[in-house]
Amino acid sequence: MSALLEVTGLRTHFFTKVGVVKAVDDVSLRVERGRILGLVGESGSGKSMTGYSILGLVDEPGRIVEGSILLNGTELTRLDAAAWRRLRGNRIAMIFQDPMMTLNPVLRIDTQMTEAVLAHHAVSKHTALERARAALARVGIPSPDERLRAYPHQFSGGMRQRVAIAIALINNPDLIIADEPTTALDVTIQGQILSEVQKLCRETGAGLIWISHDLAVISGLADEVCVMYAGRIVESGSVVEILEHPMHPYTRGLLDSVPSRNTPGRPLSQIPGMTPSLLKLGAACAFRERCPRAIEPCGVAPAAREIAAHRTLRCVNPIA
Amino acid sequence: MSAVAAPLLELRGISKRFERKLDLAGRFARRLGARLSDETVHALDRVDLAIREREVVGLVGESGCGKSTLGRIVARLLAPSEGDRLWKGRPYREFEAERERRERLAVQMIFQDPYASLNPRMRIVDVVGEAPVVHGLVARSEREDYVAQMLQRVGMDATLMRRFPHQFSGGQRSRIGIARALAVKPRFLVCDEAVAALDVSIQAQVLNLFIRLREELALTYLFISHDLGVVRHVSDRVVVMYLGRVVESAPTAELYAHPNHPYTVALMAEVPRVDARRRQYVPIRGEIPSPLAPPPGCHFHPRCPRAFGRCREEAPRLKEVAPGHVSACHLNDPVSA
Repeated sequence: MSALLEVTGLRTHFFTKVGVVKAVDDVSLRVERGRILGLVGESGSGKSMTGYSILGLVDEPGRIVEGSILLNGTELTRLDAAAWRRLRGNRIAMIFQDPMMTLNPVLRIDTQMTEAVLAHHAVSKHTALERARAALARVGIPSPDERLRAYPHQFSGGMRQRVAIAIALINNPDLIIADEPTTALDVTIQGQILSEVQKLCRETGAGLIWISHDLAVISGLADEVCVMYAGRIVESGSVVEILEHPMHPYTRGLLDSVPSRNTPGRPLSQIPGMTPSLLKLGAACAFRERCPRAIEPCGVAPAAREIAAHRTLRCVNPIA
Repeated sequence: MSAVAAPLLELRGISKRFERKLDLAGRFARRLGARLSDETVHALDRVDLAIREREVVGLVGESGCGKSTLGRIVARLLAPSEGDRLWKGRPYREFEAERERRERLAVQMIFQDPYASLNPRMRIVDVVGEAPVVHGLVARSEREDYVAQMLQRVGMDATLMRRFPHQFSGGQRSRIGIARALAVKPRFLVCDEAVAALDVSIQAQVLNLFIRLREELALTYLFISHDLGVVRHVSDRVVVMYLGRVVESAPTAELYAHPNHPYTVALMAEVPRVDARRRQYVPIRGEIPSPLAPPPGCHFHPRCPRAFGRCREEAPRLKEVAPGHVSACHLNDPVSA
């Protein structure tokens, strides 16, 4: 069976007055049904823009200049506005970072939830309400009947994010894209959400792309990982492979920067310098200036190569 | 704790309440019989804390637990509703005299958001140089040399001092915030989520800076964070707060090896770690209660898997469970076990 989502050679560029910003530059990834893909990177690495591109949510002056996005074999990059509307919130759903911004503060939860059902299905209001109730119960919200009649401000941050997840799940989407949905939440609440999400993916068979800067969250949640740097996926593979045997110096640097149980009080190894401006990327590997293993051939950015089954790498001098 | 000398900084029985009085409409409605009353947030409830010279104390807890309020009280940005603050064993009010100004500068704060805590219209030389000149630590004519020194100390290029904050990245702004705090020669730094807004690779740089400065300047830290990994990395001792109360305090290695309070145990279990793969999350139930109406007895009892009758009625006191390790839980009492 072919993959649920297959992105090949995606490039999303922003044509600004000061130059072309290559926010997403030659990104390829695949998501299987019922699997979780972690997309990791620091701010400005293009991880969120990759998610928005898959959802067709790239605003001017940006556009997808190249590449293909296949969902269940359908090419998404050529869809018109009407087709996108049928797809979004139905076959593909998105969970955003800040649930306060995604829920309408002046509408009750039931209005917002049934709207999502009625927009895509010719069912009665009663059926839509039933589905809303079931979706709330599924994400672990106590007494869903009562909560349906509440307004967003009556929920805590964690509960609001559950509501947002319930809305994303309500039409049983094939693919969910989650953009840092637990970053604003407390540790114990994050734990609850992660456990729900993990369970829901297994049960419903939906594919999930989990975008995060937090390697620790990804390591516990994802099946596969893509590490992004300056608009490109520098390394991808199964979560165990990437975290235990990182081959790209950037991945290694990221892992070493996280304080762990072995390092109390000792200086952390750090990646020198900072993320380059996406405006000024030359022909060289974007990580070259910060890389401890940079050599002569790094002057030309390497292409992604498949070094083993389901494992890609963009580096000419990888860690063995 | 076997502190020989008086601790550098001590809090005794600190409580802080924030009150919101009813507005005019509310008072009118109450007169007509509506059941309304002034709202009181119990941010801190009789907190004791002693920090010794050159010690790094990590303060962890979830949002709304009062850790930032505590930090602000230590830095004297807020006054407590009740309780005493002591500096080197003397109550703070003794330092109000003009000649004691130096002592009052000894505690400085580093804020969470490196974007919001620098005035966007001031050049870095003014941001860092203003306070030491005002307080007479350096002459105005020596200001630039002094700022250059401070910037070098935090690992920044001193030639950038004429720039404005927006010309710097998040990591550089953090360094500027640290340089500003160091400029008045403090002995004690309160770091309130000082690395939370930074990317992982930049966070490592700033954490290393904190560790280096501690050695170089013999500083004492109160390091507030929700990130247990970061706190473990920098702290000698960790204090865990839940809903306005200290629930556990222990030397770092001891706390992470033998957490005693059920809340600490749960918190440790929830923290995602890079070395724990593909795990099943077993979350603790429920939400953090509102500090507007904290539950009676132990504040954690509605979520605690091991709560029993007494937890609902009586707030547990901090008791020593191992040398230097205190925990507030009824389960530690032999009678109730």
